[in-house]
Amino acid sequence: MRLGQGGLIDRDAPVSFRFDGHVYSGFRGDTLASALMANGIRVVGRSFKYHRPRGIFSAGSEEPNALVTLGRGAGQEPNARATMVEIHEGLEARAQNCWPSAQWDVMEVNDLFAPFLGAGFYYKTFMWPKKFWEKVYEPAIRRAAGMGSLSGEHNGDLYEKAYAHCDLLVIGAGPAGLMAALVAAEAGADVILADEDALPGGRLNGERMEVGGQSAQGWAAETVARLEAMPNVRVMRRTTVTGVYDQGSFGAVERVGGHLDRRPEGLPLECFWRIAAKRAVLAAGAIERPVAFGRNDRPGVMLASAVRTYVNRYGVAPGRRVAVFGNNDDAHRTAADLLAAGVHVAALIDARPEARCDLSVPFYPGAVVSSVSGRMGVEAVRVETGAGTQRIGADCLAVSGGWNPNVHLTCHLNGRPVWDDGIASFVPAAGAVPGLIPAGAAKGIFATSGCLADGARAAGEALQALGIATGTVEMPEAEDAAYSLRPVWHVPGKGRAWLDLQNDVTVKDVKAAAQENFRSVEHMKRFTTQGMAPDQGKTSNIAALAVLADATGRGIPQTGTTTYRPPYSPVAIAAMGAGAQGAGFAPQRKTTSHAASVAMGAPMIEAGLWYRPSYFPAPGEETWRQSCDREVGWVRNAVGVSDVSTLGKIDIQGPDAGAFLDFVYTGTFSTLKPGRVRYGMMLREDGHVMDDGTTACLAPDHYLMTTTTAAAGLVMRHLEFVAQVLKPEYDVQMVSVTEQWAQFAVAGPKSRELLDGLLDAPLEPAAWPFMACGDVSVMGVAARLFRISFSGEHAYEIAVPARYGESLFRELVARAEGLGGGAYGMEALNVMRLEKGLLTHAELHGRTTGFDLGMTGMMSSKKDYIGRAAATREGLLDSERERLVGLKPVGAVKQLTAGAHLFAEDAEPVRENDEGYVTSVGYSPTLGHFIALGFLKGGPDRYGERVRFVDHLRGIDTICEVCPPCFFDPEGERVRG
Amino acid sequence: MCGERDRREFYYGGTALSRPVGTDWSAEWDDYLHLRENPAGRSRELWYHETGCTAWLVVERDTVTHEIHGVRLAAGGRS
Repeated sequence: MRLGQGGLIDRDAPVSFRFDGHVYSGFRGDTLASALMANGIRVVGRSFKYHRPRGIFSAGSEEPNALVTLGRGAGQEPNARATMVEIHEGLEARAQNCWPSAQWDVMEVNDLFAPFLGAGFYYKTFMWPKKFWEKVYEPAIRRAAGMGSLSGEHNGDLYEKAYAHCDLLVIGAGPAGLMAALVAAEAGADVILADEDALPGGRLNGERMEVGGQSAQGWAAETVARLEAMPNVRVMRRTTVTGVYDQGSFGAVERVGGHLDRRPEGLPLECFWRIAAKRAVLAAGAIERPVAFGRNDRPGVMLASAVRTYVNRYGVAPGRRVAVFGNNDDAHRTAADLLAAGVHVAALIDARPEARCDLSVPFYPGAVVSSVSGRMGVEAVRVETGAGTQRIGADCLAVSGGWNPNVHLTCHLNGRPVWDDGIASFVPAAGAVPGLIPAGAAKGIFATSGCLADGARAAGEALQALGIATGTVEMPEAEDAAYSLRPVWHVPGKGRAWLDLQNDVTVKDVKAAAQENFRSVEHMKRFTTQGMAPDQGKTSNIAALAVLADATGRGIPQTGTTTYRPPYSPVAIAAMGAGAQGAGFAPQRKTTSHAASVAMGAPMIEAGLWYRPSYFPAPGEETWRQSCDREVGWVRNAVGVSDVSTLGKIDIQGPDAGAFLDFVYTGTFSTLKPGRVRYGMMLREDGHVMDDGTTACLAPDHYLMTTTTAAAGLVMRHLEFVAQVLKPEYDVQMVSVTEQWAQFAVAGPKSRELLDGLLDAPLEPAAWPFMACGDVSVMGVAARLFRISFSGEHAYEIAVPARYGESLFRELVARAEGLGGGAYGMEALNVMRLEKGLLTHAELHGRTTGFDLGMTGMMSSKKDYIGRAAATREGLLDSERERLVGLKPVGAVKQLTAGAHLFAEDAEPVRENDEGYVTSVGYSPTLGHFIALGFLKGGPDRYGERVRFVDHLRGIDTICEVCPPCFFDPEGERVRG
Repeated sequence: MCGERDRREFYYGGTALSRPVGTDWSAEWDDYLHLRENPAGRSRELWYHETGCTAWLVVERDTVTHEIHGVRLAAGGRS
């Protein structure tokens, strides 16, 4: 019910919004919660497990009940807290976990089965039969119990991420935070003041009190305006600091555009900030805690501070007849504010027998509320006084069980809060996070004047550490009431008593955990799910601890808290991953021939971060296989051109370069003469193959190593490791030149003919045998030529500075086409290397050794090299290991697939009989059938044998013959020719 | 050594160890490859300034607080 006056809302600015399909009206400045309350809506959702009706419980981000889904379609946002959602034109919200509506929910039937659905019920009930769990029980439980859901569609909404730096980050803009920011800002420090509310001020906005001779709200607004006018201050509203990380870095999420009537094009919904702060003040305040009693989850039972906030800030009465129950002076403050707003106070129930009351309300000192009655909302409260039980009619019950400091952020680096008997709660441990100074209510100081002074003190401490002189800032006058409380956690009464409203955990559940011997707080949490929901038990964890402590006969400090982890409140993955969707996920590396390849219609495929042409379709070709087969034929019969620039190229120089290569490769390179190229294999220190490639000796003490495309970065890091860490005495330097050179393979029987027409001087056959290299000149440009081959054909690779890459590619392709060939892509390249049994990272997958690959001949016994000792281990030289073989289908040509497994011909294809697996497969147009490479137990010892080839996933079951991995021209006549 | 740089420029290279001498498999090699202390406290580690100066660094770091107590070039005097 909207009050006739008061509040920080703009009564001249009505706003309409939709909730559960109905149109309602509120005012600018309302949250969805306050606007629903103003419209008399009491039930805003259904509970997680029992589908009990639930109402608004709090007025902040700790809200456990009023979770709603915002928007519709792809970007719908589940689990938004109605207490944090600012109403705006076009806002559409829906209640969650109910059908057909929050008021009438079919699944409410769950509540009748509550005796069977207590904590641990999953674990006990759905044990058997085992296979039912995944298919039957879990989906059914998930449907019945749950929070809101995502759309499952791609979310096109814009999110952003950003970085900020400051001297001092002030977390929270209540009295302590505002004062800390003011003191630091006046001293000239760079200050960021972050507050999760749209309206900075914290509790000042919800209280009826004076600060500095004016209303608390007025002082907060004035101070914020003063801060915002200063050039060294950034006030970040709607910004929740969600996590603390090493060395003064903080994560924060800012709600940027979601609250606007109309979001301008390009304005993100949210922004995820990484803030690097030299010092920080934690002024995150405290969260009021409820008391557990019978049916305390009924709509209308609310935190007392929230009741004051709704009355004072939003001009809304949460009920017509409000009862107030507490164990501290805030209950009296709440009753006074209600009276001042003209709301009937049905009773003031104070658990402290010694309490006095100067308000004209029915007052019950030394009394407690044991239960409430009413189904869709509170109708009456049951009060236990010393003299007996009394039933008092009320439609709202404001509860204050005291305050819990927001210690969360002080625990993110493994700090544990310490128990403070004075406030019966946990406070931050001293120095829990280096450079983070707790202040005000977050430290357990609850009087306003105390918070103001402590904020100033914290800022002074930070400034001193930063070496900034503190100026004088006048301290405003404010209330200085002592905090006196009598801890009350649970009042036994009629009906279940709730602790965790969001996850439906009751006092009985926690006691059951203790009985089942889940006595550790972490075990209790897992058994009951206490504190696991999106709110992470902000309003319930401490009370649950108290109940567990009681049930296990320990004190609360001995029981300890569960671990506080980031984020403080839920953060959309879309915000954390902002910019990383689609093409933003990873950088794109493009070769110099990229545009030309795309223009030729080549589909590009990813190779690491690189994009390479898959094949170049010719007119009339309908499948990639047709194109691939044609391109293979070009290379085998005429000449083909392919961009191989993506291979890693590392320039290595120095007097010890040869010795260095001998140490990183299994083979010997120090004997390599200038103008010659050698193939090399490098191992990891554990004896398994890391990478392979060719290294050319360009000049004495000057080498050019090539790596596979995928491993270029890994190899570079490894070489630097060897040079700097293992062999610092070597005089050797290296640099990656991958991007400096564009390199193209020119392969096929007509490759020399092509080059002779292109190079400024024709190639002298005697000077260019297989594995030769040297400098050439192409159309006046200095280039490098390597006679190497990945296709098994007479072939060259020509490299020019990258700026000439595109024109050279076009020239090579044109000339190849003139000779009856043309460009070929990755598919053809792969088929040809398969025909030759050459390796890629499908085979060099990290678990194969030189022995497995049949490369022991390349492993020198005359020198030490990386991986040598480990490669001699017995188990790595067992002939029964899975070793490289070729496979060809027996009988009619059948489809073969990579990933298939190999079995003895007559064996049942089950895991126990597995004898190997297939790594690469292709259709060889040269041979006219499929060919494959794989690893088979016994490997080369089994050439000629038949094995069963089974791909369980694709339903292929066939017979193959084991053969050497090289299928084509095994003598290598073509490549040398 | 590299100045104040973003953590993400660095690659973690594991505990700083001495490579055993000898080309035959031995218990020493087994230790080097497989066995690691897991200290809660100070740890000598290798870090690679991969997207910066490409230096391999020996960093003394506290695994509990992530505090850095010392940094030197792995290559010693050479850089």
